[in-house]
Amino acid sequence: MNSEHKETQGDDAEATARIAYWKANLRLLAKLLAVWFIVSFGFGILLVDWLNQFHFFGFKLGFWFAQQGSIYVFVALIFIYALRMRRLDREFGVED
Amino acid sequence: MDAQTLTYLFVGLSFSLYIGIAIWARVGSTKEFYVAGAGVHPVVNGMATAADWMSAASFISVAGLIAFLGYDGSVYLMGWTGGYVLLALLLAPYLRKYGKFTVPEFIGDRYYSDAARLVAVVCLIFISFTYVAGQMRGVGIVFSRFLEVDIDLGVVIGMAIVFVYAVLGGMKGITYTQVAQYCVLIFAYTVPAIFISLLITGNPVPQFGLGAEVVDGSGLTVLEKLDSALIDLGFTAYTDGTKSTIDVFAITAALMVGTAGLPHVIVRFFTVPKVSDARISAGWALVFIAILYTTAPAVGAFTRINFITEVNETSYAETPQWFKNWEDLGLIAWRDKNGDGTVQYRPGKPFEGKPAFEGESRGKSGERILTNPATNSANEVYVDRDIMVLANPEIAKLPDWVIALVAAGGLAAALSTAAGLLLVISTAVSHDMLKKTWMPDISDAQELRAARIAAALAIGIAGYLGINPPGFVAQVVAFAFGLAAASLFPAILMGIFSKKMNKEGAITGMLSGLAFTIAYIVYFKFMAPEMNTADHWWFGISPEGIGMVGMLVNFSVAFVVDRFTPAPPEDIQHLVEDIRVPSGAKDAQSH
Repeated sequence: MNSEHKETQGDDAEATARIAYWKANLRLLAKLLAVWFIVSFGFGILLVDWLNQFHFFGFKLGFWFAQQGSIYVFVALIFIYALRMRRLDREFGVED
Repeated sequence: MDAQTLTYLFVGLSFSLYIGIAIWARVGSTKEFYVAGAGVHPVVNGMATAADWMSAASFISVAGLIAFLGYDGSVYLMGWTGGYVLLALLLAPYLRKYGKFTVPEFIGDRYYSDAARLVAVVCLIFISFTYVAGQMRGVGIVFSRFLEVDIDLGVVIGMAIVFVYAVLGGMKGITYTQVAQYCVLIFAYTVPAIFISLLITGNPVPQFGLGAEVVDGSGLTVLEKLDSALIDLGFTAYTDGTKSTIDVFAITAALMVGTAGLPHVIVRFFTVPKVSDARISAGWALVFIAILYTTAPAVGAFTRINFITEVNETSYAETPQWFKNWEDLGLIAWRDKNGDGTVQYRPGKPFEGKPAFEGESRGKSGERILTNPATNSANEVYVDRDIMVLANPEIAKLPDWVIALVAAGGLAAALSTAAGLLLVISTAVSHDMLKKTWMPDISDAQELRAARIAAALAIGIAGYLGINPPGFVAQVVAFAFGLAAASLFPAILMGIFSKKMNKEGAITGMLSGLAFTIAYIVYFKFMAPEMNTADHWWFGISPEGIGMVGMLVNFSVAFVVDRFTPAPPEDIQHLVEDIRVPSGAKDAQSH
């Protein structure tokens, strides 16, 4: 950022914007990591026995999450993160 | 052409490709040597990261582990992929913004302390050498089985290849070679998987085949058939585990966090041009990794079915050729306990320890005679899990060129990871130890020469470890992940997400996390291996999963110490604020 051209007031506004940007980032992280935890540790491990009573394309559901499903969700999470962050960067004018 | 000639051809062709790329991509500056000039396209970097990450262990061992562990094998699948979510969301973009060359450099600067940097360097070198020894051994196994050269000669050839492209091309050479290696290894992995899936289920996509019905007319799905076959033989069902839930949880967590903290993986994200590229590149890396990691459980299940049908209750004379080939190498063994001349496959160990053969002498059915004391179990077969992927094309009676392809793929996986590891070792020595700590005045050209010499030395040591594998290689793999989880990951994470974390907190955190994890693993693996059972573990957590607890120890100690010691200087707090926003990444890189 070309902050050196701005007055003190501009710097303050910029600092506030940075804090808002960081908070928005943390909120997004919290949501995505919650999903990350639920599909792997939740569905794949803690709830696996309960989920195994359901069937999904020939798999026991808990087993499917542990050996297939969680991995697909991981991939999706990273792309969602990258896209949402790009939008956030643009909103706050901090793109690289 | 027979399988042997085809293997020489495939391996020869792939090796010349790697060397060709190395000559094209040779480098002239430390920036190119360390981070490929930070100009690598994110998709290309994702592919290189995937090759870097997927080692001989991923290629050779994962499917075999899952075949024999069933549900318990999920810890490796989730652990080694879920770590990328942590890496992409919590570390990669910020480290790229910071824009330096190495992980210890970040830790040293962020915690304004040479001591912190040195602790990080020591962790990095230990983690990387543990890993690289395993790669070199993988190279040796592939050479000895498929090219029928001596294991030692195989290791030397592998070392020579890595030497050429790592020392000449540095990160740039490695990146583009890894792209080629990824293509070779993923093709070599999926082709046999598709063939086997077609044979067993009629479905060409292994990920669907795993849930499909078996084509033997029984109307059972693959997993149902496997469950019932295993239960009949006295095993637990394939889809049920034998590990406790807390242990599965801890191992998965340790592997995830450990993955995110592995220096040779993190450093790959320094090579892309922008912060946004680092984020998306991690996504591509995981796509390329997921192709293998979602195929592996299918391969594992198919292999177990094939293994049971082909071997169990078969007379030794009628066992397939692959059974005898691997027995000749000592990786399969059979002891006819009940003297019926037929192979019985049951739960439990067939005999004590690894097979020890009485020279080349043969028993009355023609099997190699073992000197190990027999156990009481009804099981008569010993099988090394690591051979399953390599033996797969033979087990499924696939054409010779598929066997040759698998050999080339296994070598690609081992070499790509070895090269990535050797690079972070040499960088840690030339950049973090020489340039940053002991000899700050050396020029770029001198530093580059030092990096090349360090890479050459590291290759020499790795080769030595491959030829004379210390007996503990298998035991210390848990170390690499545990240490990364307990030391580097928390230090980096707090460096980004906590502005107030100071050097006292970070250093004591790293040291206590390390000390705790090392003590636990050393105690159960080396000092009292007979105590290494769930009854004696703390909270039922095995040494493989203790890295998770080590990480918690690290965080707790760091935050407590941080509260009682002075806050970090102003400029460090500004630095942290600065790495949290992507803009200006180009500038940060050039200072």
